[in-house]
Amino acid sequence: MNFDFADESPKLVMLLYGLVAFVVVVGGLLLLLDAVPAWFARRREAQLVAASASGAPIPRSRTKPREGLFAVFFLLPAVLLLLIGLVVPAIRTTVLSFMDGGSDNWVGLRNYGWLFSQDEIVRVLTNTLVWVFLVPLIATTIGLLYAVLVDKARMEALAKSLIFMPMAISFVGASIIWKFVYAYRGDGQEQIGLLNQIVVSLGGEPKQWLLESPLNTLLLIVIMVWIQAGFAMVVLSAAIKAIPADIVEAARLDGVNPWQMFWQVTLPSIRPALIVVVVTISIATLKVFDIVRTSTNGNFDTNVIANEMYNQAFRYGQAGQGSAMAVFLFILVIPIVIYQIRNLRQQREG
Amino acid sequence: MTTTTPPVAAGTQAGAKPTTAAGRVRKRLNSRTATLVSIVIAVVWTIPTFGLFISSFRPEDQIKTTGWWTFFTDPQFTLENYQDVLFGRSASSGQLASYFVNSLVITLPSVLFPLAFAALAAYALAWINFRGRDWIYIGIFALQIVPLQMALVPLLSFFSTGVNVGGITLMPAWDLADEEKFVQVWFAHTCFALPLAVFLLHNFISQLPRDLMEAARVDGATHPKIFRTIVLPLVTPALAAFGIFQFLWVWNDLLVALIFAGGGDETAPLTVRLAELAGTRGNEWQRLTAGAFVSIVVPLIVFLSLQRYFVRGLLAGSVKG
Repeated sequence: MNFDFADESPKLVMLLYGLVAFVVVVGGLLLLLDAVPAWFARRREAQLVAASASGAPIPRSRTKPREGLFAVFFLLPAVLLLLIGLVVPAIRTTVLSFMDGGSDNWVGLRNYGWLFSQDEIVRVLTNTLVWVFLVPLIATTIGLLYAVLVDKARMEALAKSLIFMPMAISFVGASIIWKFVYAYRGDGQEQIGLLNQIVVSLGGEPKQWLLESPLNTLLLIVIMVWIQAGFAMVVLSAAIKAIPADIVEAARLDGVNPWQMFWQVTLPSIRPALIVVVVTISIATLKVFDIVRTSTNGNFDTNVIANEMYNQAFRYGQAGQGSAMAVFLFILVIPIVIYQIRNLRQQREG
Repeated sequence: MTTTTPPVAAGTQAGAKPTTAAGRVRKRLNSRTATLVSIVIAVVWTIPTFGLFISSFRPEDQIKTTGWWTFFTDPQFTLENYQDVLFGRSASSGQLASYFVNSLVITLPSVLFPLAFAALAAYALAWINFRGRDWIYIGIFALQIVPLQMALVPLLSFFSTGVNVGGITLMPAWDLADEEKFVQVWFAHTCFALPLAVFLLHNFISQLPRDLMEAARVDGATHPKIFRTIVLPLVTPALAAFGIFQFLWVWNDLLVALIFAGGGDETAPLTVRLAELAGTRGNEWQRLTAGAFVSIVVPLIVFLSLQRYFVRGLLAGSVKG
């Protein structure tokens, strides 16, 4: 055992600095906001006391702390950080997307033209579309199916935990878990990957799953579905349980059969939750990066936008092309979000 | 299978009449098919993790030559993989203990800062009257849709070259080295978490009873006082929910760490190291399996013990969305 704890101490010192900074900033802010009004209040009181003692007219307070002042201090840290960390950089990225790799010269729309002209990149875009179409569809379907199947079943909590658990695992961890399922050893050798073992025991030949396009993209999608189905299941299950019992009862008295019940009562009732789930998973899928990077590093025709954006901007030094991909990603997200907002508004009105 | 499913099916049928729509649908399917389907899904969802877990305790030559399922006929157990991957000092071993510390150091402040700042902001947006309040709220809400990819390149150059406008240096480069790079990661995680955090906490804080807040105001309590003594205790469950959310997100993050932490064992978290191992030593299963579990164990403990709060956070974020 060679682990040397002393090597770690600079990190723990940094952690200590971080925690002290936290206490100073947040505690300081609250104290300041407490102390300043108290100070004004005391001064005002002193003025009043002095005025009443001398019989002079009571001076009007000009220094009463205003509501807005509090708001400024409460909002300051968050708004400042958002400006520095998100708003300004996002604008800057948009600008960079019209410049060349070193961010020195304007190139107009050339980076965007490049997006759609390179075969490789078009492949990346197509893969991303396949991801965004399949992952929400399959994950939501499985989540819904499972939510319905285990509703009111025995050991419902345990059953749900099993499906939900992958949510706690990192995409990197999940990718390793599935890489192991997909593991390959030559024909004739004993297989160590579950999938190949199943294929072999059914009399097939073992395959290098992650090398075969387009099958490999689908197999990576399986990983994302595996992670996201639990999310869909939890949200939809909560929505199902929130359906008013009298609606169900009324439908039952009308004599609908379970299939009609599902299509005509359950599904319409949980439509809002369904939309939220699909939208959330779609956006998460658009940005998926870790799975592709860990499993295949984008090789063998499995690349997606988020991974290629990382490659362009941080590995190949093509800030312009990377930025164009980030902007494109943003543009893809917008319609999905608008759709959700419109739906929500319709619900509120209807 | 046939010997185990009927009792389960019978057991579920024996319960009270299902009152939910789903329950009624299930009752029709309830039968073996329904039970069978749900068991199949549960098994498919669990087996991959289970297989990896078993493997992480098998000796290296066993992992590499036989499937993990042979463990049941030929059980061989060792802790060597964990020993090697955590504490080994050869360059290829993983040295995960060091990265584990990094993950902890990254995660704690990255959870605390956004939580505090978001709570303050959410309170102001919900309970302080000032002009432009709605616009600021809508602005922060809308920022949720900006993919963090949009911010990475400029934020990195902000750290590494500072801010220069027209040849004038507004802010010098941070020039952080080694352990100091943690600051960059904290900063980035805090910024990226804020829109969702403000939104979620606003949902909770704005639903506190108006009477309560007004009574406190009438009693002469100032905003900081109300925030500390009334709001914080009441929204603790919401804070916990978002805290867990953010904890899992930061602990499991790869992208932000990859860009802002650097790749060395001074600052990079477990995920970065694992992704590296999976790339360069993709067949060293004894290290990958044990390593994956080292990275999974903390979030899994958090998840299993605080699942209820986590779910509450999820639902607040998505259903009210």
